[in-house]
Amino acid sequence: MITFLELLVNGISVGAVYALIALGFVIIFKATEVVNFAHASLLLVGGFVIARLHPLIGFWAALLLGIAGAAVVGALIEFLIIRRANVISHSVLAIVTIGVDIVLTTELTRQIGTDVLALGDPWRDRVLHLGGVSIAETRIVALAVAAVLISAFLLAFKYTNWGIAMRATAEDTETAALMGVRRGRISMGAWAVAGALAAVAALFLCVFPTPGLDRSTTFAAMKAFPAAILGGLDSTTGALAGGLIIGVTEAMMSGYQNDLVFLGRGIGDVAPFLVMIVVLLIRPAGLFGTRELARV
Amino acid sequence: MSKKVILSCVVLVVAAVAIPFYLEGFWLQAGLFAMSAAIGAIGLNLLTGATGQLSMGHAFFLAVGAYAYVYFAAEPEGGTHALGGLGLPTPVAALFAVLTAGVAGGVFSPIAGRLKGAYLGIATLALIFVGQHVLFNAEPVTGGYNGRAVPPMELFGFVFADSPELVVAQVPFGSLERLWFLGLAVLTCAALFARGVLRGRPGRAMNTIRDHEIAAGVMGVPVARYRAGVFVLSSMYGGLAGVLIALVFQRTVPDYFGLLLSLDYLAMIIIGGLGSVAGAVIGAFFISLLPQLLSRYSDALPLVAEPGSGGVSPAEASRILYGAAVVVIVLFLPGGLLGLARRLRLAVTRRLAPVHATRKTPLSPSSTPSPDTRN
Repeated sequence: MITFLELLVNGISVGAVYALIALGFVIIFKATEVVNFAHASLLLVGGFVIARLHPLIGFWAALLLGIAGAAVVGALIEFLIIRRANVISHSVLAIVTIGVDIVLTTELTRQIGTDVLALGDPWRDRVLHLGGVSIAETRIVALAVAAVLISAFLLAFKYTNWGIAMRATAEDTETAALMGVRRGRISMGAWAVAGALAAVAALFLCVFPTPGLDRSTTFAAMKAFPAAILGGLDSTTGALAGGLIIGVTEAMMSGYQNDLVFLGRGIGDVAPFLVMIVVLLIRPAGLFGTRELARV
Repeated sequence: MSKKVILSCVVLVVAAVAIPFYLEGFWLQAGLFAMSAAIGAIGLNLLTGATGQLSMGHAFFLAVGAYAYVYFAAEPEGGTHALGGLGLPTPVAALFAVLTAGVAGGVFSPIAGRLKGAYLGIATLALIFVGQHVLFNAEPVTGGYNGRAVPPMELFGFVFADSPELVVAQVPFGSLERLWFLGLAVLTCAALFARGVLRGRPGRAMNTIRDHEIAAGVMGVPVARYRAGVFVLSSMYGGLAGVLIALVFQRTVPDYFGLLLSLDYLAMIIIGGLGSVAGAVIGAFFISLLPQLLSRYSDALPLVAEPGSGGVSPAEASRILYGAAVVVIVLFLPGGLLGLARRLRLAVTRRLAPVHATRKTPLSPSSTPSPDTRN
């Protein structure tokens, strides 16, 4: 029972981090209708800046710069590439982001090399004991930060001018433009926010119990893709639900790995994708996604 | 066909046949990899280029083809690390491997038929991760981390391996030289078949699905069935490419069939040109030969360092180059290298056209270009 509780809390916490990544992914999709395959590399940018700068200027400043850096890279991708691309099909734009991803990931993994970079976080490997259940402090902080960020974002999405403009753009780009919404700014803002969220997620993907930032961090970040798609690519609620489902499944499958030997070693890493396939079989548009209807 | 086309085809065939007599093994191997990549890329271009369905899981089908061939062709091995195998004749094994890849694609078709575009792209990511998991864990079939040795192909008693020795026109014919012709034949058949598919009725249906799904449905194209069908066909091409790669490599290792390989294939069809056979072939040769060229001439090139010396290694340099190429081509050169070639030819003929006209008009009254030369 205690193992179960520990796994559950860990799963929810990791899930909240996945939800942060998936949320950025969904925001970009809503604002620009681009499926952003470069999202994992945005995350890597954030993590890399934090890891390289924290010995020089301290953790908090490095964190801020990392968030800013990833946001700037996101905005630059939108400004320099997505905006200029004159294509009819959005699936081609998705391939462009794959090109961006190849360049960024190759360069960053080359910089990282075979090192495992620590992020210099103040929580280190402290563990909290709550009546027999022991949880790493980083997991609790991750959960809290993710909850705060996600609710702040959802509120902003609902009440601020920026949020309303964004929703209007997602609903109907042309009408929104006619109403005076600056389309360029909206999509650039979306990419910047997504980058910032990814950088925060990078921090929590690389702290204890993970050894640190290394080449395989991109693969950890990939698990947010199933989170986004099983919730529904155009639904913020879906991103949250998807993140939590993926996080809990992964934690459970890894935790009870010894009872699941017949499935092979490392089943926890594959579980998110299996869940995604099962959900897509039943609901092709995801759990909360709007089913596309067309009048002929 | 005009005379020019026939002439260029003849030149191409002569060059392709002559190459093994002149080039060294390094280039033959690179060329063979390019050929197998071309087969895989043609398959992916049918799916992504012609039908508009993004697939990040192409490497999975290459893996299925490669491993299925090894499993069907190899004799079972005992010992501590027992390896299964059926020991079928190798051509039969190759055929079964391609079919297995098709079946794997068919199993995924409930998803492949219903999802479209980039959604399918993310869903197919699952194939890569699940595939890697299976390759590492199903040791009796795949050999696990270390992979398996690939039995050489044997066609009507002719073995595609280094022994028995064979000398043709004073050139020793090893496995690479022999496989070269096999690769050439397979690639030609694959390209012609895909061209037939694209130019015929199915090709038009596929393009309509890509351009306007609803219009396609209204005109009577069974959209879901077509999507699933193209997915199966594309995975069979992937399987065929996998068999050829396994034969050239002579060993299958799971690491090779990862996400990076899938991204390579996507880059190939974008750089070559979406939706056409020639584009896929051009892109495949570009992407497969670029790292080889860079590593061969790394000492002569600025910015590219020897592997392991800390600088940008040839493999990384070529990845960055073609990642950037993907972006640049989508932004500035829709149609890829093939589109570029077409545009250049058009520009040249336009510039030449007035000269032709003034010189030829008095001689021949019918100076209107025939459909062949009009582009």
